[in-house]
Amino acid sequence: MSYSPHTEADRSRMLAAIGVGSVDDLFADIPAAVRAGDWAIPDPLTEQEVRAELARLAGRNRIPEVSFLGAGVYRHLVPAVVGEVIGRPEFATAYTPYQPEVSQGTLQSIYEFQSLICELTGMEVATASHYDGATATAEAALMACRLTRRHRVAVSAGVNPDYRRVLETYCSGPGVEVVIVPIDLAEGGSGATDPAAAAAALGDDVACLVAAQPNFYGQLEPMAELAEAAHGAGGLLVAVVEPTSLAILAPPGAYDADIVAAEGQPLGIPASFGGPYVGLMAARMAAVRQMPGRLVGATRDVEGRKGYVLTLQAREQHIRRERAASNICTNQALMALAATTYLTAVGPQGLREVAELSSVQARHLAAALEDAGLAHRRFGGTYFAEVTMTVADAARRLAALAERGIVAGYLPERDEPQLRDTLLLAATELTTDDDVARLVEALEATR
Amino acid sequence: MSYPADLRYSKEHEWVRVEDSRATIGITSFAAEELGDIVFVELPEIGADLSQFGTFGVVESVKAVSDLYAPISGTVVEVNEALGDAPELMNSDPFGEGWIARVELSDPSQLDALMDADAYAAETA
Repeated sequence: MSYSPHTEADRSRMLAAIGVGSVDDLFADIPAAVRAGDWAIPDPLTEQEVRAELARLAGRNRIPEVSFLGAGVYRHLVPAVVGEVIGRPEFATAYTPYQPEVSQGTLQSIYEFQSLICELTGMEVATASHYDGATATAEAALMACRLTRRHRVAVSAGVNPDYRRVLETYCSGPGVEVVIVPIDLAEGGSGATDPAAAAAALGDDVACLVAAQPNFYGQLEPMAELAEAAHGAGGLLVAVVEPTSLAILAPPGAYDADIVAAEGQPLGIPASFGGPYVGLMAARMAAVRQMPGRLVGATRDVEGRKGYVLTLQAREQHIRRERAASNICTNQALMALAATTYLTAVGPQGLREVAELSSVQARHLAAALEDAGLAHRRFGGTYFAEVTMTVADAARRLAALAERGIVAGYLPERDEPQLRDTLLLAATELTTDDDVARLVEALEATR
Repeated sequence: MSYPADLRYSKEHEWVRVEDSRATIGITSFAAEELGDIVFVELPEIGADLSQFGTFGVVESVKAVSDLYAPISGTVVEVNEALGDAPELMNSDPFGEGWIARVELSDPSQLDALMDADAYAAETA
């Protein structure tokens, strides 16, 4: 049975109407190299055989015993209540329906998420969430272009390289120019964005400066001075932050950031390849109409009872069509609920303990490697919970340690050749002293 | 319904008041009534060049979002900042305090393509 409702004659008429020779011609823009070739679909299997095959594939996964890998994704304790709440059928299966207002529980959970993100970032309004940190960052830059009516975006080289690639893709369509503000990556350098260099790179037609706190290399950036530089050029500051760090670092609202973007994964979402993760975005109320995506507002019904609505929908695609603030019409609701549950479960004190323990363990890790004469900090300045270390023969030893079930961090030379023979190592509250001892021992063995 | 006799009107329900080389632009009472409560207006930038019948902003009411169409070509020299806090002025006083922008006219002969009050009254009858 064919699942296609169209006959060959229908297809010919449609192709003729749009002046295309064949269905294949519709895919002419997709490079041949990435197109699917002939499908080699094996014969059907029984359920028992499928289970055996999946078990065999799963057996090839290598779960590290010890990991210092961060680079944008962090392994934190996820309290059991998070899985319990997001596993509830009301949340796990329900998509925000049209009409969304019939789902008051879903809207309330999103409203609470937005309130928590505002409290965490010190900003006035937060969206209902985005796909991930990279897309939230790209959307924030495009929002800055709409707000300033400018078409050039400056990005610190301290922003996650993956985010920068996504940003460049987002900017390529509307013709927004992306310029990179270099950071001092030299041995013993600051590892951070120099405000004077940033000011020089901004020019008088820049929509925003995008900078990360902490930056990709774990270093703390002079955000207040970067905000001043951006504002001095008539542009905005987009702060890309790590959410747990906000429990001990100054919130973006305190250093005059205009838009905040973040990856929400550290808030109750396990580290897993491909996600799902959740993007966070917050801004000033004056910028609310240019925010992308959904916003839930609280209001009162005719009888004075509290209720929740999707508000300011005119910005969205289903009303303003091609003039919408963004092509985003939805949010990452279940992962936003995970973050909401996590933040509620750990509370302000718990989050502070997570941030403090993570940064304490990162210092223990750095000191242990230095004391053993195995590595030293690449940069001056200070860092949060991830640290760039100069390590002789880093690439070879990273591979050798992986064979022993130890992931000794991320290899920055993948993105920055200048950072050859360095490792980017992350610690969290799950990093034990024993983990650190095993790393030291394994690095010793590969000298 | 009758409309101020000193204005010119477009089919898209914008009005123009010409004073020397400048013109003030707004939306008509008919448009304001059709839109309902206006909650937001996106104003053009000062210095922007408007072209006759091209879009130059957006007006958002509780019922709809609509583009604003320039009734006449010109360079924006002033916008009604008061609408930022009080967009409802476009409902309460569309021909007065609810004005949207002032432009320096680039081609006054374009006024001929607009309607006078009687023609507009007939158009909206």
